[in-house]
Amino acid sequence: MAIDQFIDNEVKGNDVVLFMKGTPQFPMCGFSGQVVQILDYLGVPYKGLNVLENEELRNGIKTYSNWPTIPQLYVKGEFVGGCDIVREMFQAGELQSLMKEKGLPVKDTAPA
Amino acid sequence: MPMNANDIEKLIKAGIPDAEVTIRDLAGDGDHYAATVIAESFRGKSRVQQHQLVYNALKGQMGGTLHALALQTGLPEG
Repeated sequence: MAIDQFIDNEVKGNDVVLFMKGTPQFPMCGFSGQVVQILDYLGVPYKGLNVLENEELRNGIKTYSNWPTIPQLYVKGEFVGGCDIVREMFQAGELQSLMKEKGLPVKDTAPA
Repeated sequence: MPMNANDIEKLIKAGIPDAEVTIRDLAGDGDHYAATVIAESFRGKSRVQQHQLVYNALKGQMGGTLHALALQTGLPEG
């Protein structure tokens, strides 16, 4: 299977997908780790894909989204952003709203 | 080869002429920066699109020569 087809299947076949360096249990990069922490805090189930295990995936995901860096978060097939955007949205409460809008379970967290 | 903050600022401004760019060298190693880019031309664009404009201005340096650039974009206030 071509790599872009593989990526497309993952992105569209899972509600929340994080392309990252390392795994949710062992992030290998601080930026990936921050997004993992945010997702874990929200309690949203997600699939982590480790780009360090696959050079083709590492390059393919950058082309797929026209985005030069890892991590990359996708929700319901849509590219949400990298670490900076995810953190900014989380701090503003927008990430929580996005998840709820898409019908995804978010742990009730105290409003900021 | 690390980039210096001036070069980053110049590239961003060349790509986004109305951008107001602030760059901080986070670790003092010329390799980890935080940039704030404010531009009226961002209006109506999503955060992803705003960041993509900045990345395009950096002409492929991002993720390569430039390892770490924390990016925040926004519109001018008032």
